[in-house]
Amino acid sequence: MASATFRIWRGERGAGKFVDYTTEFEEGMVVLDMVHKIQANSANDMAVRWNCKAGKCGSCSAEINGKPKLMCMTRLNQLDLTQPVTVEPMKTFPHVKDLVTDVSWNYRVKKKIQKFTPRPADAADGTWRMQQADVDRPQEFRKCIECFLCQDVCHVLRDHDKHDEFIGPRFLIYTAQLEMHPLDTGDRLKALKDDFNIGYCNITKCCTKVCPEEIKITDNAIIPLKERIVDEYYDPLGKLFKMFK
Amino acid sequence: MASIDVPLKDGGFGSTRRTDNWWLEPLLIFLGYALFLGYSNYAVFTPMCGPTQPCYEVPGTNYLSPMYSPLLFTSAPSWWPGFIPFSAAMLILWAPAGFRFTCYYYRGAYYKGFWADPLSCAVGEPGFRGKNYRGERKFPLIMQNIHRYFLYLAIVFIVLLTWDAWRALWFPVAGGGEVFGIGLGTLIMIGNPILLGLYAFGCHSFRHLIGGRKDVMSGSSVTKSCYDCVSHLNKNHMKWAWISMFYVGGVDLYIRLCAAGTITDLRIL
Repeated sequence: MASATFRIWRGERGAGKFVDYTTEFEEGMVVLDMVHKIQANSANDMAVRWNCKAGKCGSCSAEINGKPKLMCMTRLNQLDLTQPVTVEPMKTFPHVKDLVTDVSWNYRVKKKIQKFTPRPADAADGTWRMQQADVDRPQEFRKCIECFLCQDVCHVLRDHDKHDEFIGPRFLIYTAQLEMHPLDTGDRLKALKDDFNIGYCNITKCCTKVCPEEIKITDNAIIPLKERIVDEYYDPLGKLFKMFK
Repeated sequence: MASIDVPLKDGGFGSTRRTDNWWLEPLLIFLGYALFLGYSNYAVFTPMCGPTQPCYEVPGTNYLSPMYSPLLFTSAPSWWPGFIPFSAAMLILWAPAGFRFTCYYYRGAYYKGFWADPLSCAVGEPGFRGKNYRGERKFPLIMQNIHRYFLYLAIVFIVLLTWDAWRALWFPVAGGGEVFGIGLGTLIMIGNPILLGLYAFGCHSFRHLIGGRKDVMSGSSVTKSCYDCVSHLNKNHMKWAWISMFYVGGVDLYIRLCAAGTITDLRIL
């Protein structure tokens, strides 16, 4: 059986070091399998967050060879096992222990966004009518599993620490999901511009590249929201045209 | 078990634990844009290939370089400041250049390739920005919101270049008049508005204006079909951006070489 070396970050509250673990692997294994094997055999106290092992719960986010990825969806045959494979926690969030970070900031951010505000019901029984074609766009964003890899890789949060001012790609797609919904009547554009500072996004598409659900975060959510803000605040000719329409 | 003491987050310029060739993409972007900028500056400031032969027109044809179209002046107008060397291209190139400079794809690309903001995904940025980062929230980059106005101009240019392609189908004959014909230059010029159209009509602003601004598109099958079509082009926006940019340079180079007599236009019909 072949073996590989995993260089895993061990420590608490940001202080710690990489520790090398060499262990055997079998065909078809993923990084999370290796971490579990190391945890079982060599490092019983190693902290790692996981749940579904199927790429749907978004719990096992980490940085593998420097790239934000889900550990359960990274197969070993995608990695160069002749070199040690580094596995470390996400860098954008406060470190807790080993591979675990505190992602609660994200839940606090979500509470700030105006909730779904549907128009009055279309039918007497309190239900609505809408076309599938109109909910296709918001439904793409509902695939999000809240793994927060996009938040981790976003340089506005990662390098510039704008957590107090910027909501990050995850919540820009959440806002887009609400704004584009055919039943929603809420207006979140002013908040997007002034409070959530969508203008910090400079369209590097890193969030799109790391999304395990392959949501086109930048093209289908962030840029359309930026364009809606242009409609509202930066397009005087468009405003004039609407006045005369 | 060996261990290595390194900080979890150091954030220094270029710092990363990525093991792939992450530097290749920004390097190629830098080299690609630098090559085009270098060539287009040469083309703008070298309007003449001989004492009386402009580089943007081919004798015996109606070919006109896209970098000089529409040809507003052949020599400096009276109001042109004497201390600035004149080129007819300078009067028009600002519009397509502005369209590309404010394009969402180009923005993301040159922020990486030229400004290292960020250099690449999950790679450390230059430390001087830090918390002072402004993004596109404030001046000067808030001006990128002007993009849709450059889109309107770009559409006008596509119409003008389509007219140029039509004119390239007609060849002057001795004694006056024109005859229909097709040269290699004609085919090259016909490709230009097509590629520019594939780029411009897949633009994110166009996608928004054509239907993306609405929450409900199902009411109009025309709107929905147009939006889906633009969305399809938008998926390949990067590809068309690069192809159309170098194609414009290629058309200018072909016409320049024909005008200089370095090569002769191949007459097909």
